[in-house]
Amino acid sequence: MPLDWAYVAGFALVGGILAALPLGIVWLLAPRSQYPQKLLAYESGVIPFGSAWAQFHVRYYLFSLAFLLFDVEVIYIYPWAVVLRALGPVAFVEMLIFLAVLGVGLAYAWKKGALEWV
Amino acid sequence: MVEVVRIVLSVLLVFTFAAVGVGLFLVLMERKISAWVQARIGPRHVGPYGTLQTLADLLKMLQKEHILPAGADRVMFELSPIVVAVAALMSYVVLPWGPGLIVRDLGVGVLYFAAVLSLEVIGILTGGWASNNKYALLGGLRSAAQMVSYELPLGFSILTVATVVGTLSTVRIVESQPYPWHTYPSVIVAGAVFLVAATAESNRIPFDLPEAESELVAGYFSEYSPLRFALFQLGEYGSLFATSALFVTMFLGGWRGPFELPVVGSVLSGIFWFLLKTYAVVFFFMWVRWTYPRFRIDQLLNVSWKILLPVSLANLLLAGLLVAWGG
Repeated sequence: MPLDWAYVAGFALVGGILAALPLGIVWLLAPRSQYPQKLLAYESGVIPFGSAWAQFHVRYYLFSLAFLLFDVEVIYIYPWAVVLRALGPVAFVEMLIFLAVLGVGLAYAWKKGALEWV
Repeated sequence: MVEVVRIVLSVLLVFTFAAVGVGLFLVLMERKISAWVQARIGPRHVGPYGTLQTLADLLKMLQKEHILPAGADRVMFELSPIVVAVAALMSYVVLPWGPGLIVRDLGVGVLYFAAVLSLEVIGILTGGWASNNKYALLGGLRSAAQMVSYELPLGFSILTVATVVGTLSTVRIVESQPYPWHTYPSVIVAGAVFLVAATAESNRIPFDLPEAESELVAGYFSEYSPLRFALFQLGEYGSLFATSALFVTMFLGGWRGPFELPVVGSVLSGIFWFLLKTYAVVFFFMWVRWTYPRFRIDQLLNVSWKILLPVSLANLLLAGLLVAWGG
């Protein structure tokens, strides 16, 4: 079991190094000549005004909340999916109740207009 | 010690394949297919039939200046492309290339796959945010909204297969499939949902709002200099290949083909069928990309939350019902 995760860690580590390697080559090879105008953020040719970290719409937040609700639920379904055949109808009914509660949640969010892009 | 060597070797092998078979080849394939759809010729001057075009592009990119835009967050700006590329390639750990040929057959296979692939959205979001550019920020936010929305139907269709098969291991999913593939209605519906959701997950037309070039310049990677942009591309094509390979694994019978190739043996012929099917699915994604126009963002989210999510949830319950009562 720990060996499994050694593979995953190896992929993350060696992968990170291999991905960063070409960036080192750029650092060695590429020319450097920078002046203030070159560093400006690109706004279709006009001089950028204000900060880019401005307010953005709350609707992104609603969608991520709804996502969080379901994503946490999905984690519970994975182990259920594996053992369902062994446990039989009881496990199915239990999951049905669990999903019904979430289904009501989705219906409520839908009714309240949280899923509308306004 | 043997294991350490095996880990390093498998990482090097997979990354070499990812660089050549995915990075270089898929970009060329995309350009050739777009040319074919639009009745153009496409790249043809570098190498025979333009096959070395992407390599030439890469060499050019290596010589380009790196620019950190004024006011950008240096650490996040530098890390984001690496996170995106590595997250996409980490999912290759559980891809079964052929019989007995897999980097590591994790017990939680498909769950791991879904988990690392969704790490990509973090890199995209921080990359867009760190650029200090309004287009990039909006592109990153849209991308996050879209990717999390489509992750749910994707997850539910993976779960449907896991319920029917009763395992999460990718190798066992392939082995337990009847030849040529599952024909349960639930699995077929799950496959259709997976195909749509995977298109959206990899930010491709008709779901390419995050980088809609006519409204957001280039979206979250507007400010990135060439090689960092190439890393984002590697992540994008890497995850495109990975989701296509997972589709082949779960719905199209994985490495098994109609016949074993003569001479080369079962492993090599397994790789052949696996790659053939995967590139066919990739071709399908590219074909769709160059044929359809882009969705509006409200349509896009409606498709996910009001059609795909209820359908895939009901589909999962139906599959569970049949399995629980001895299907």
